[in-house]
Amino acid sequence: MPPVSLRRRVMDHAMTGAAVLTVLLVLLPLFAIFAYLVYKGIGSINIAFLTQTPKPVGEPGGGMANAIVGSMVILGIASLLGVPLGIGAGIFLSEYGRNRYGDIVRFVSDVLNGVPSIVIGIVAYGLVVMRQKHFSALAGGVALAIMMIPTIARTTEQMLLLVPQAIREAAYGLGVSRWRTTLSITLRTATSGVITGVMLAFARVAGETAPLLFTAFGNQFWNWKSDQPTAALSLQIFTYAISPFDEWHRQAWAGALVLIILIVGAVAAVRIAVRHGTLSGA
Amino acid sequence: MSNQALPRPRFNAPEPERGSKAALKVEARTTPLLHGKVSEIPDAAFGWAMRLCGLAVVALLGLIVYQLVVGSQLSWHAFGWKFFAQSDWNPVEDVYGALPFMFGTIVSSLLALVIAVPLSIGVAVFITEMCPIRLRGILSFTTELLAAIPSVVYGLWAIFVLVPVLREYVQPFLAKTLGWTGLFSGPPYGIGMLAAGVILAIMIIPIISSITREVLTVVPQHQREAALALGATRWEMIRVGVLRNARAGIVGAIILGLGRALGETMAVTMVIGNRPEIAKSLFAPGYTMASVLANEFTEATGDLYLSALIEIGLALFFVTIVVNALARLMVWSVTRGQPARSLA
Repeated sequence: MPPVSLRRRVMDHAMTGAAVLTVLLVLLPLFAIFAYLVYKGIGSINIAFLTQTPKPVGEPGGGMANAIVGSMVILGIASLLGVPLGIGAGIFLSEYGRNRYGDIVRFVSDVLNGVPSIVIGIVAYGLVVMRQKHFSALAGGVALAIMMIPTIARTTEQMLLLVPQAIREAAYGLGVSRWRTTLSITLRTATSGVITGVMLAFARVAGETAPLLFTAFGNQFWNWKSDQPTAALSLQIFTYAISPFDEWHRQAWAGALVLIILIVGAVAAVRIAVRHGTLSGA
Repeated sequence: MSNQALPRPRFNAPEPERGSKAALKVEARTTPLLHGKVSEIPDAAFGWAMRLCGLAVVALLGLIVYQLVVGSQLSWHAFGWKFFAQSDWNPVEDVYGALPFMFGTIVSSLLALVIAVPLSIGVAVFITEMCPIRLRGILSFTTELLAAIPSVVYGLWAIFVLVPVLREYVQPFLAKTLGWTGLFSGPPYGIGMLAAGVILAIMIIPIISSITREVLTVVPQHQREAALALGATRWEMIRVGVLRNARAGIVGAIILGLGRALGETMAVTMVIGNRPEIAKSLFAPGYTMASVLANEFTEATGDLYLSALIEIGLALFFVTIVVNALARLMVWSVTRGQPARSLA
């Protein structure tokens, strides 16, 4: 074997070095973000932060309790609307949509996936806020639901397609009707995958701010009605971050940490429930 | 009872049609086992309910287009195409032009690509071709963790960490070394086009690198072996055997990243400076289409003002759709119809 020339060897090592360097450069901001979140956030999270509403400017203390609850309400509404529709569309794609119509729906949901979230906000504004004449948790939920549907539909489809055809045929062979087969056999077998897809979609919209700006709008006080402006954690972080007050900056960091903990916590909880609990599929 | 939905890759032989011989066979096999006749109605109802869900997805897109088109009528009739060529944005005199916002969106996104593309391809190449298998899973998981951080948290970090670093160290350095180009001149505020580009780059790296990784893994192994057998070094093998074969897919991944950068709102709004100006220097503040919507939509008082904002939304919508469709086609051409991982 002829020896490899020096130039080529140097080039080889240089490119390996460059690749390692890019990895380090990409990991650097990741660690910086998490380090700052924990470092700045953990000192500001206390009982008051989790139980009180925001104080007026200048007064220390106060918290984001209303925003945390508001986020949960908005996400609850979004899931209620988005999850069944998304899973239904996924079932359509895998069980009824192996044809041209399915391809159209598939393409459209990929397109929807790429629509900027702020544009979805405009649509929800026109659909809900303009009709009701005021900002509301419902409008925020609709905006987030629109964002969840395409993701859930596509992951559900992929998961259902992984279920072997023989299982469906076994059910048909026992005289089980098609809808029962789809729901109790196919969907059930794919449960954990489908739920993972749902959680992906959930995590994606849970931190969304742009579509809530002119739908949920935000609120400094408690609000228990779904047709009134509602606070959301992400909105509160945004408002506080661009404010000129140190106290609010501190709380923005705390809010960001809580938001990430809530997202990771929700995803982890569902994962565990899927693995051990009653939700576990085949 | 038809027998569709075989779990095999798309673009294979067509499934048996409903009512075809193959489908009838299944029916014939199952029917005698049943006690009496089972009603067809629940089955049909379920099937149509699911079709309705599928239709709802298409209807959603229609609804989005409808809302945007109807909402922007007023502004369209007032300004026509001039809307996109005029740089005045003056709510007081009811004159609106989208040029500064289009400029900001394009420049910040391109800047993000310039920074993100080499980094993401480097990461993807390292993960698929160089790193030990044990490290592979951890690395791809951590880079994808970047994608899970909400945009507003990126913005928060950018305001308090990235912008000061840019202001104190990066911008003075750039001004000194590359100031003569005119791209890096003016007072170093920290906040501005450069900060927006950098934070966007950090946000789109996970997308570009994960799709590039996917594309690289579908390059056939024998391409690598052939290059090595010809005496190539590892880098030459990657360049000739891997990257060249995956070209179209990598370009697709980049365009997909571009699509995300164009529509990104919160983090950009928080650091770009929000001033509708067209400046040559990247240190200067700018404004993007998405951030003008975020800032001014709730404050838009006049009908024409609101309509102009919705027209910006419509333009943003069309651009991102075209960009995304293009990207998906390119990724598909490499992965042969296995759909690219969704952008979650």
